[in-house]
Amino acid sequence: MRREFLSGNRAIAEAAILSGLKFYAGYPITPASDLMEYLAEKLPRYGGIVVQFEDEIASINAAIGASWAGVKAMTATSGPGFSLMAEGVSLAVATETPVVVVDIMRAGPSTGIPTKATQSDVYQARWLAHGDYTIPVFAPWSVQDCYDMTIKSFNVAEKFRTPVVLLSDANIAHMWETLYVKEPGEVEIIERKKPSAPPDDYRPYKPDEDLVPPMAVFGEGYKVIVESLVHDELGYYRQDSETYREMVTRLNEKIRRGVGYIYEQEEYWVEDSDVVVVAYGSTARMVYPVVKALRQRGARVGFLRLKTLWPLNEEWLWKSLSRAGKVVVVENNTGRLYLDVARIAGSARTFFSPVITVDPPKFNEVMEAVARWL
Amino acid sequence: MALAKLTLHPLDKYLRTDRLPHIWCPGCGIGIALGAMLRAIDRRINEGRLDRNKVVFVTGIGCSARVSFYVDFDSAHTLHGRALPFATGVKLANPSLEVIVVGGDGDVAGIGGNHLLHAAKRNIDLFVVMITNFVYAMTGGQLAPTTPLKVYTTTTPHGNPEPPLNVIKLVASLNANYVARASITTPHYIEMFTYKALGMKGFRFLEVISTCPEVYGRHIGLRNPVTMFEELKKRVKYKPNPVIDESDIDWEKGIVIGEYVVRNNPSYLDLVKRG
Ligand code: SF4
Repeated sequence: MRREFLSGNRAIAEAAILSGLKFYAGYPITPASDLMEYLAEKLPRYGGIVVQFEDEIASINAAIGASWAGVKAMTATSGPGFSLMAEGVSLAVATETPVVVVDIMRAGPSTGIPTKATQSDVYQARWLAHGDYTIPVFAPWSVQDCYDMTIKSFNVAEKFRTPVVLLSDANIAHMWETLYVKEPGEVEIIERKKPSAPPDDYRPYKPDEDLVPPMAVFGEGYKVIVESLVHDELGYYRQDSETYREMVTRLNEKIRRGVGYIYEQEEYWVEDSDVVVVAYGSTARMVYPVVKALRQRGARVGFLRLKTLWPLNEEWLWKSLSRAGKVVVVENNTGRLYLDVARIAGSARTFFSPVITVDPPKFNEVMEAVARWL
Repeated sequence: MALAKLTLHPLDKYLRTDRLPHIWCPGCGIGIALGAMLRAIDRRINEGRLDRNKVVFVTGIGCSARVSFYVDFDSAHTLHGRALPFATGVKLANPSLEVIVVGGDGDVAGIGGNHLLHAAKRNIDLFVVMITNFVYAMTGGQLAPTTPLKVYTTTTPHGNPEPPLNVIKLVASLNANYVARASITTPHYIEMFTYKALGMKGFRFLEVISTCPEVYGRHIGLRNPVTMFEELKKRVKYKPNPVIDESDIDWEKGIVIGEYVVRNNPSYLDLVKRG
């Protein structure tokens, strides 16, 4: 472990290299481009390759192809590019391909404000593509968190054979902070399960107990089938309800069952508080000092930071919030995560207090949003 | 992976015979194209110049893309138009793989057109077989980028107002190392060109003119598979060294097949030093 001074985007790149990234595909877009520029310089020294593709559609599909050729793959983008990746993400879901997609949020809709951060793409991260699926979404709030959550994203992608979205934003991406980076061996790096069955008995989509199938890749003699259509355990296209039901149920269930591993939250003074503020990402950075200041003034306010946005550990979240008289969700959007928190904590005592701004939320703005409910 | 594997034909060893019968219509040219490709692959494998376990078929969506269902190699049936970027990722992640992309003209040159031009520009080490049937067949007969002018399709009921895309000319204008055209009426050329392309580096592109009696044949009044095959056969002309200007597909003037481009430009893998 050693101390470094990095930006959020560079921390993601460094953590990706430590996690074993070997293939990065991307297309320039503010505020994600410098992540690719940094990797383009560094990744070849670690035996990896960085390719600038013709668009984000190609980037995500190339990353999926690389993953099937046996390497860890990643792409990074922002809202407009992420929209173009929608179909590719659904391909990764259906084919159970480990791949990490970094989305550095900016202001939308449409071209929006490329250089400014909001939290307006939270649902895009959750439900970008068509189809009935669940994928993990992580939301770092600091440069250290960018580093740690990137390692976690790769681990979750490999362990559950799923695309994972790492949801940063323009504020965190270009903020420089000191952080601790790890040396190889200092942190657990998970690799996808390999089949133990010989090629003739291998069924590419037959799950183990944990609902995740072992993954043979191209060139190993397994004659794997990557199939975008609804498929059975062999990877053969089927058009019947039974196969469809089994497939979509398992794709969702493997993530839901993995919630104990995937979900993380952080609590500050939640135990004894009448009011608990829930926040995540760059907005949470200002919620913390506001809550601290309010406590110094004697207010019984707590703060709960979500590190994982989906899947939520609903029991844990419910337990943490159960003693609070009021739950206040502060986000930089018109109320996205609020809907889930209200459902879990109960809508009668859950309130939404937006801070809608394209600049990093100021202390007074967040104070106003929180104090309103005290 | 094959259940109850049946071997009735010498090429069955390369097929997932448990998935037969295939979905292609009687009289469809795709099977002829696949058979010829497999014979070329078989030759290379028998000569010890190709490792069966290193062959990967990548396809998009469409009738031709269903090739990935039936070949008993590593195979990927991906998204409409996205076989090329997927295949590029595969090749760059593991350069020891021989990656073969198969698709229809709509898949490869329509929705996937941007990827096609960039893959050719990159001279990325892939072998691409585009099976041209002049129509979107799987979706029931809509306009394709290759549909000739004035032809009726289900989305151009008053006749196609767009001149067709000459994909050979497009790819040849870029940095591809190999650009050839064959026809399902001349399967020996499909086999010969495939065999040759598999021994080359860089971007290799083979267009196979095919018959779709079911949909395109219906549109142009050649519904009978035998008639359609014979009409195509009459129009196809092999030339040993055709020039690009001869590559326009013209039902009246004929369809010139042959090797349009053979060159040895450094491939993408050469240039990133990963080959
Ligand atoms: S619709 Fe046309 S291209 Fe498709 S399988 Fe039938 S004949 Fe072949």
